[in-house]
Amino acid sequence: MLHASSVLVFLYGFWLLLSGYFSAFLLVAGAGCALAVMLFSRRMGIIDREGHPIHLSRRALFSYWPWLAVEIVKSAWDVTRRILHPRMPISPTLARFKPSQRTDIGLVVHANSITLTPGTITVEIGRGEFLVHALSEEGAASLAGSEMDRRVTDMEAGK
Amino acid sequence: MSMVRDLISWGCLLAGGFFCLVGAVGLIRLPDFYTRMHAASVIETLGAALILAGLMIQAGLSLVAVKLAMIGLLIFFISPAATHALARAALVRGVQPLLASREQPSSKR
Amino acid sequence: MFAAAACALLVTIAFALTRAALGPTVFDSLLAANTIGTCSMLLLALMGFLGGRPEFLDLALVYGLLNVLGTIAVLKYFRHGDLGDPGEPEESSAP
Repeated sequence: MLHASSVLVFLYGFWLLLSGYFSAFLLVAGAGCALAVMLFSRRMGIIDREGHPIHLSRRALFSYWPWLAVEIVKSAWDVTRRILHPRMPISPTLARFKPSQRTDIGLVVHANSITLTPGTITVEIGRGEFLVHALSEEGAASLAGSEMDRRVTDMEAGK
Repeated sequence: MSMVRDLISWGCLLAGGFFCLVGAVGLIRLPDFYTRMHAASVIETLGAALILAGLMIQAGLSLVAVKLAMIGLLIFFISPAATHALARAALVRGVQPLLASREQPSSKR
Repeated sequence: MFAAAACALLVTIAFALTRAALGPTVFDSLLAANTIGTCSMLLLALMGFLGGRPEFLDLALVYGLLNVLGTIAVLKYFRHGDLGDPGEPEESSAP
């Protein structure tokens, strides 16, 4: 019920922000559309802790995303240096490692964060095992038990 | 005040353009498919984010800024999924990555 | 200054087109096409500011959605040879 109403609020807010017109007809039509979409997704069974993870939102917004942004800037700068260097000091590596998350959503957040940081790409996700392609050996070596791993696990556990 | 704002937003736009160019150079220079993906991800993260930030500073607090933020969120949430799908499809189809490690010298083609 | 950023994006698109034409594998071309899509999105947003018409932002949003859908669809076609293929049954969750 909490998730359903939060989906409704989000969808209606999305409609209002995208439309930018606030006439009576459009307001009512938006409410109708938001309600219909909410009911359809409820019927599809995708409104739950995994499909709409509001329990992560506060920690994600105020602690994880800012940290991830700084991390993206740092690694993007590293990749930039390697590309523009005349001799291109790259050492591409495929690395396998075990992430410490237990839930699916934690694994997805971790894999997406790895792909989002330039210089590392998650190629395969198996049973509790990631296959990661890294642009440099240092990048590959720092993956297992990294700070990102720890932070995602903390976020998922609700600490 | 508006002078300072313009300066900051111009800096963001120029830096964004620079990182896009770096990604483009990498797309041409890097030796194989998997390494080129890293260059593309520089464009998709830092290039896009800086250009959108510059535009947002120009727009001020308005619906335009909200739409720019939505474009940013779209790029940031969906581009990793597309990149992952691309890498996985390439690996499944047997595109061999160029590796630097010493134990697999045979995989260098 | 918008014009300078737009020029940088156009040069980026030109480089990516070169890679799409040269690309030894089909995946190189796809990666370049995806990059061109992202750059076009940014270029559309910039065009809105250049001409003072913020309606272009909606186009940019729709273009981004289509770009991702297109990439996934073409990928699926090249991997299975069929757009309607359900994929492997044991496939684990993709991010």
